Amino acid sequence: MTLAAADPGLVTAESEPEVRPRRRGYASYVGLKVLGSIGSLFFMLVVNFFLFRVLPGDPAHTLGRGRLSTEAQVEAFNKTYGLQQPVWQQFLTFLHNTFTGQLGISVQYRLPVSQLIADRMVPTILLVGTSTILATVIGVYLGIRGAWGRGSRFDKVTTGTSLTLYAMPEWWLGLLLIAALGVGFWIFPGVFPTGGLHSPDVDPNSLKGVLDTTWHLVLPVTTLTLAYLADYSLIMRSSLLDELGEDYLQTARAKGLRDIQVRNRHAVRNALLPTTTIVALNIGFVVSGAITVETVFSIPGLGLLATDAIQVPDFWVLQGTFLVASAGVIFANLIANLLYGLLDPRVRT
Amino acid sequence: MSTSELLEMRDVHVTYRTSEGELPAVRGVDLTVRRGQIVGVAGESGCGKSTLASTVLRLQAANAMVSGEVLFDGQDVLTMRWGDLRAVRWVGASIVFQGALHSLNPVHRIGAQIAEPIQVHAPGLAEGRVRERIESLLEQVGLDPARARSYPHQLSGGQKQRVMIAMALACDPQLVVADEPTTALDVMVQAQVLGVLSGLVRERGLGMMMISHDLSVLGDLCDRITVMYAGRVVEEGPAEQIFADPLHPYSAALSAAFPRVGDPSARFAPSGLPGDPPLPWDLPGGCTFAPRCPRAAEVCLPAEPVLTSYGEGRAAACVRIGQPDETQHHGSPGEVAS
Amino acid sequence: MTTTATDKPRQLSASQLARRRRMAAWKRTWGQFRRHRSGMLGLVILVFFVAVALLAPLIASSSGLDVTKANGPVLAPPSSDYVLGTDENGRSVLTLLIWGARVSLFVGLLATLISMVIGTLVGLISGYFGGWVGRITFRLTEWFLTIPFLPLAIVMSTVLGRGLFNIVIVIGVTSWPGTALLIRSQTLSIRERAYVERAQAIGAGRWHQLGRHVLPNVMPMVFANTTLTVAIAILTETTLSFLGLGDPTRVSWGTMLNGAYEAGAITTGCWWYVVPPGVCVVLVVLAFTLIGQALEEVLNPRLRARR
Repeated sequence: MTLAAADPGLVTAESEPEVRPRRRGYASYVGLKVLGSIGSLFFMLVVNFFLFRVLPGDPAHTLGRGRLSTEAQVEAFNKTYGLQQPVWQQFLTFLHNTFTGQLGISVQYRLPVSQLIADRMVPTILLVGTSTILATVIGVYLGIRGAWGRGSRFDKVTTGTSLTLYAMPEWWLGLLLIAALGVGFWIFPGVFPTGGLHSPDVDPNSLKGVLDTTWHLVLPVTTLTLAYLADYSLIMRSSLLDELGEDYLQTARAKGLRDIQVRNRHAVRNALLPTTTIVALNIGFVVSGAITVETVFSIPGLGLLATDAIQVPDFWVLQGTFLVASAGVIFANLIANLLYGLLDPRVRT
Repeated sequence: MSTSELLEMRDVHVTYRTSEGELPAVRGVDLTVRRGQIVGVAGESGCGKSTLASTVLRLQAANAMVSGEVLFDGQDVLTMRWGDLRAVRWVGASIVFQGALHSLNPVHRIGAQIAEPIQVHAPGLAEGRVRERIESLLEQVGLDPARARSYPHQLSGGQKQRVMIAMALACDPQLVVADEPTTALDVMVQAQVLGVLSGLVRERGLGMMMISHDLSVLGDLCDRITVMYAGRVVEEGPAEQIFADPLHPYSAALSAAFPRVGDPSARFAPSGLPGDPPLPWDLPGGCTFAPRCPRAAEVCLPAEPVLTSYGEGRAAACVRIGQPDETQHHGSPGEVAS
Repeated sequence: MTTTATDKPRQLSASQLARRRRMAAWKRTWGQFRRHRSGMLGLVILVFFVAVALLAPLIASSSGLDVTKANGPVLAPPSSDYVLGTDENGRSVLTLLIWGARVSLFVGLLATLISMVIGTLVGLISGYFGGWVGRITFRLTEWFLTIPFLPLAIVMSTVLGRGLFNIVIVIGVTSWPGTALLIRSQTLSIRERAYVERAQAIGAGRWHQLGRHVLPNVMPMVFANTTLTVAIAILTETTLSFLGLGDPTRVSWGTMLNGAYEAGAITTGCWWYVVPPGVCVVLVVLAFTLIGQALEEVLNPRLRARR
């Protein structure tokens, strides 16, 4: 291996114009993404403001539906909410109120919306968090196995099942599970509770209470996991299938790597990139799932809070939950983007 | 180790099974590469040369049916057990893939990608030794050893291609298959990369199969050249003779085509040759080249010509060789076709 | 190859040529689609439901929808009189199901139309125009994408009030960003192609180029995307109706499930009221998804290896 410098062609070789790596670095990538999220957040606030104040035309009518009858009442209402001010000033007030946590008072509960939201946050996080983790792990695994053995029976069965689950409203699946496993059917008795987060006679802070809550969460978590899982496995499968045609997999195979090494070292790692992006784009559907499944299983979370507010209608609650949901999605999006940056060196360096 | 034939392909057929039916990509090709010999395979894109190359390491697509024999060092790659095949891959023969742009994994460092075959085939090797080896390989292809820590996107096209070459030499193979190693590069860089590649191959006495659409490149570097058209060998012989004095009209058209800088279309369509190569699912009867051939005549239509010997080490598949051109009044084939 | 001698090249104008090529492309697409098994399965299911929706007045009299005229038993299980049993008002579930197909499909298709028009327009603009116009529309799309879909739809339909067209508008207005992104990336790649560059060199106006060269070429992908959007729109209609935001005067599969839920059909085990509407939703959504995927595979050669 001492032969290198002998050839003159080799010496000139390095003279070729070099691509200097642009050192943007991960820090500035993070900065850029955070800035983007702040932009999204601002846009969301604008949408929110217009949805509730400008779109209905007559906020006094919408926001205080049915409760303001006389001219004087309407005027008082308008004054309280600063609705006679110019729009930009109203917007500033709205911003100020939002950031100081003044989200209005619930018509239904006669409590500040911010307090309601704080109370209802935990069950939602518990439900959505558990389901998302389970669905991601199982879904990604199924997607990988399906794509790698595409056309196999395993692939056909999992893809068929995923497509069917994907086509299914998740709350309908929840209803079926309640009917089958909660209520019981034919000769089978119901095993699981049909709704709620804990039994009335159990102290939720005791060990028994924790087990009781876990028992209550089995059906809703199963429902949401199946719903999310369908999406994740389909995304992972198609990302990996896209990867299969890539030339560097052929390189890896030519190097004499075992099939499983080609898959795990090269294909999966790269397929996780588009998967992360698409999952980030689809975070909104995590929220929808939470709303409907909480409703069906009567879990006292943010979703149930929002759907209960529909019939009243309790606009301040709707606005508050909408704000929280949007902020949650933007935050989750940011996390996904940062994760993407960690996975992809083209972004990092 | 006793024979001088490193690679011997005998009557290789490759057919792709697709939803549209069976597509014959390679139709009965014989090819031999000896130790220390550089053999060029020339032809337009779609003539089956890359498919042929993929069979050397049994890397053909899953829907490809292969028949015939591909003997590497006397053993048939197509029928050997998986364990033996994995041992042949990269240690026996390695490939410099076309378009290094996509042949390197974007999320792994260059060093790790060069190290990978070494670690796979010599698992016990100390990490320090592997690193030394990578650095010396990078030096040999004229790259800064510090480049090992770079990612592919931080390198230029020429640098990436040289990384591919370093990678191909990582396990000291006996045969290197270079599949259009310079397609995506501009002419200056092309010359440099080809210089590096052929220099290293010559110094080590390796065998090389070099695939290109550019006959002028092959004419400079190779000992022998095989010209392929529509999945078959149409001419075969010593490089300088094929380039300077082609027998087959298709070789003549290829050698007349000089690559023009900055015009990508000129690289794929030889100048002076009208039309496109035939589609594999719609091959013309008789000589497959006849519809585009300036010398086509009635005799070309009944049957596909067989490869016939013309002097020592030369063969071509054309019935019109040595026949006078009495069909001048037909004019150019472009008019015939219209 | 053998017919080239008889096929004298006639002088065709560029637009004639383009139209011919496009016609041939559609034909080829259909030929390939026909061989796509899951795509054809979806098409068969869809044709069945469309036929049921169109022929609803012939199959089941609309008087069966009127609560005041219903005279069947309440929440009765399937019998020879009521093949799929009855609802809490004594109406035949089968009749509701047949008429529900109309509303579900109608809302799905119309909402998709709105979403496609907005999405295509925004996507074309953000992909074709560089500079601040492109950048702002792209940002807008991205921002819209981060707004959680269902809460926005809930809020909008609460604010706008209940009604069939409000549902259509809500779904249409909230579901376009995905389409816009897809159209944008397609437009970006088409913009680089030779004939658009040539048109630019000749001096064709931007809107002319958009209409003549870019739009026809993104149409196939729009088409494939449409079918996938219909699936989402139908799902959303069902969900919104289930949450009580549907049009109370019309029967859709979603309002049926809402009725079943409110009437306690789940706890009383009235499966005939809960299962059929859900199965119909699943089948129709599945049909649209399968067709959309098949079209994507046929139209995008990169995906074709997936089969």
